[in-house]
Parts: sequence; structure tokens; C-alpha cells
Amino acid sequence: MKKSALIPLGIFAVLVVFLAIGLGLKPREVPSPFIGKPVPEFTLPKLMAEGENISPQALKGQVWMLNVFASWCVSCRAEHDVLTRFINSEKVPVLGLNYKDEPKDAKAWLAALGNPYEHIAVDYEGQVGIDLGVYGVPETFVIDKKGIIRHKSTGPVFDETVQNDLLPLILKLREEQG
Amino acid sequence: MIKRLIITLMASLFFIGSAAIYSDEAERVTFKNEQSKSDYTVLVNELRCLVCQNQTIADSDADLAKDLRAKVFTMVEAGQSRSDVIDYMTTRYGDFVLYRPAFKMKTLLLWLGPIVFLFLAIFFVIRWVRKQSVITPPPTLNEAQRASVRDLLNKTD
Repeated sequence: MKKSALIPLGIFAVLVVFLAIGLGLKPREVPSPFIGKPVPEFTLPKLMAEGENISPQALKGQVWMLNVFASWCVSCRAEHDVLTRFINSEKVPVLGLNYKDEPKDAKAWLAALGNPYEHIAVDYEGQVGIDLGVYGVPETFVIDKKGIIRHKSTGPVFDETVQNDLLPLILKLREEQG
Repeated sequence: MIKRLIITLMASLFFIGSAAIYSDEAERVTFKNEQSKSDYTVLVNELRCLVCQNQTIADSDADLAKDLRAKVFTMVEAGQSRSDVIDYMTTRYGDFVLYRPAFKMKTLLLWLGPIVFLFLAIFFVIRWVRKQSVITPPPTLNEAQRASVRDLLNKTD
């Protein structure tokens, strides 16, 4: 057999490798440019306390999470249970960012499903969402003691997300110096 | 007859519909000057909608695309340059938001890949054509072979 007869087979093999890699990629998960950067400053009204404001400064010095949610978001309802269990068992302070939502709808939603958040900021216009690079609700950021964003997960938090990503990271970050 | 009328009606409805979808946002808002309008038009056609990833924010009807269009509008109206807007978007959404990615180390293959492949193809075509055009020398025969050919040619019935 001539050697050149193997060329198409070689090309095919290379194609198969590339397509196999392509299958494993997740184009929906856009890498966040915020990893390793300080959490953007903002001051927003609190959902639960009329006339009071909240900013990320309130959580400085602890390992905390920022969770973007809305009452109109179906996946937020899906993750709510998992997130609540995780927050309560690990005592993680969480700032909820109520994204482009009607405050009364958000309050009703939390009244029905429970409120695991330490603070809730109202981002009615979605401006802080843009500053955080939010493009799909829910999104969850993990922030270290120095206020640096260390992880972002897009889409609902599942038990696997907690076990594989969030819990190990939070335990590790708690060991770090503030 | 009626059938034809229905088809015509549906066809025209289809075109009206598409005109409404693709009508440019820039026509519905008023700009302070032409520069601002052209910056806006260029920018919204170069930024990717993060929700529906194969559309620009000009094409997309997603909520986030609307917000980003509004943001681009306020920025260009405030006199900020195109690169200011691009910077603003990339610090928040990364290079992914750009339909025309920046030329840097990470995107080198993306930009130069096609040129490299073109040159490779030209190289192989030239080599192949050269190989084809080499004239194969006529076969040489020794004296015994010549004699037998002559014999064959002379053999007449």
C-alpha cells in the first residue's frame, strides 16, 4: 500500500480529535473577566429595609457570596432549595442581588420560598448587573476576605456545584489570611 | 383565486414583519449629531449579545441586549469614544463580547490561521502542478527490443 493512501485517514483522525474537543466545550459559559479582580463597588437600596442602603463593604473581611436572583427567573426557583441548604449548613454570608425585579414580587417570592440572604440589594435598573458582567440569572460569585472575586458560576447551583466547586473553595478561602 | 390572494397576503405580512424586526434602533432615537449616530450604529453591530450568542446586540431582542444598547447610547451621547465603549464592555464581559476580537497573543491563531492555511494550500498546489508538468522521457529500448519492434511492424499479412 502506498504511504499517500494514509493521508485521508490522518486528516480524518485530526478532525475527529478536534470535533471531540469541541463536543466537550461549553460555549454558554463565558469566562468571567472578573476572576482575580476586586468586586465592583456599588450602593443600592435594601429590599427588606426601606430607606437603607447596602454595599459590598458591609461584608468585607469575610468569605462571602453574591447571588444574582429575580422572582421572574425560573432557574432561581430551581436553585433556591440547594442554595438555602448550603448557606445554612456552612453559615456563608450571602448578598442577594435582586436583578431587574419588582420589589413586591421579590418579597412575595422570598416569603413563599424562604430567605437565606444576609442582605438583599435592589438592582431595579440592572446597572449593577452590567457592572458585574451578569448575562444570565442566576449567577453566583464567591468573594474572598480581601474582596477579590475568586469564582463565578453561571446558571443554577446544583448539589454537584456545591460539592465540587463552592464548598471546597469556601473552605480553602477561609484558611487564607484576610 | 382565493388561494392566491391568501398567499399574497401572507407573503406581504411576512415582509412587514421582518421589516419591523430589522428596523434599526438608531432610527427610533434621536442623536445629538451624526458622529454619535454612526458610533452607535457601528458599536451595536460589533458587540455580541451574551444571552443569544450568535446575534449582535443590534439584532437581539433580549432584555440584556436592550440594556446594553441603552448603555452604548448614553455613552456615545456623553461624547465618549468608540474605544471607551469597547473598553467598558470588555472589562465586564471579556473579549467574548467583541465580534471583532482584538489582535493579541491569545487571538494570533484566529487572525493569522486563515493566511497560514492559504499559503500552505498555494505551496501544495504549486508542488502538485510542477510534478504534473515534468515531461516523462520516452522509454529507451535496447537493440534487441528495437529489432523485435521492427519485426512486428514489418509483419504484414
